[in-house]
Amino acid sequence: MTGDGKFNIASEKHGESTVLRPEGDVDMSRSSTLRSALREALGDKPSRLVVDLAKVEYMDSSGLATLVEAARNARTQKVPLVLCGLTTKVRAVFEIARLHQFFEIADTASAAIEG
Amino acid sequence: MADTKPHVYLELRSDPVYLSGARQLIASVAQRLGFDEMACSQIALAVDEALCNIIRHGYDRATDRPIWLSVWPGRKDGQDPGMLVVIEDEARQIDPTIIRGRELDDVRPGGLGVHIIKEVMDEVEYEAREPAGMRLTLYKRLVQKDDSQDADQAGASPAGSADQGRVSNDG
Repeated sequence: MTGDGKFNIASEKHGESTVLRPEGDVDMSRSSTLRSALREALGDKPSRLVVDLAKVEYMDSSGLATLVEAARNARTQKVPLVLCGLTTKVRAVFEIARLHQFFEIADTASAAIEG
Repeated sequence: MADTKPHVYLELRSDPVYLSGARQLIASVAQRLGFDEMACSQIALAVDEALCNIIRHGYDRATDRPIWLSVWPGRKDGQDPGMLVVIEDEARQIDPTIIRGRELDDVRPGGLGVHIIKEVMDEVEYEAREPAGMRLTLYKRLVQKDDSQDADQAGASPAGSADQGRVSNDG
């Protein structure tokens, strides 16, 4: 688990897939922690990387940028990156930035893992 | 002007660690002014993005520079219920006409802050401030219940600025 104040990111293995579960607001002060966790997870070359945002109540453009960067890196490695568990407020931010069409988004972590 | 003094005034350092506190303050004030939960979140998001841009681009991530945040419950002349937020800094001045959001079709990290601010607020104005720095004025209109039907019928996006704050019963 990576920690930054109250910002924790749990990492779980599900077979060959990795699930990251950040917990707390993702803003400019925390996006670097998320970026490190995503890079580390991709470095392990999982068959699938799932980012479960169910416990993220707030995300700003620095969080979006971090996920876009990770998605690009994942595509280069041919690793599917799937988001899930978006809260209403976080989904609204994705929609404002029109990124809900860029990412693969599942409703639940289990659906995201199964693909 | 009937009421030019801000009702809420906050000076904070340009340290990202204080973004959360600023967001909570703005969202809390917006709620008490009658905005619904989504509108409160959007106003706080716009202020957060503005503060991030000042810290990142204006102050080159220096964490010890001042930022001033002022809030009025509507326009300064007392007209039009809503929330007026003015954010000022001492960062380097830039031509306000070149401040614009990037094309969203070009998906890449960064550059979304200005787009988000303009999307969620009804009025956004950048200007140079005397004697130094920039001033950003943000205004979000509070839609009364009688107006809300019109907004709905206009085909409001769930995330966009057309999704105005509504007067709520628990505000």
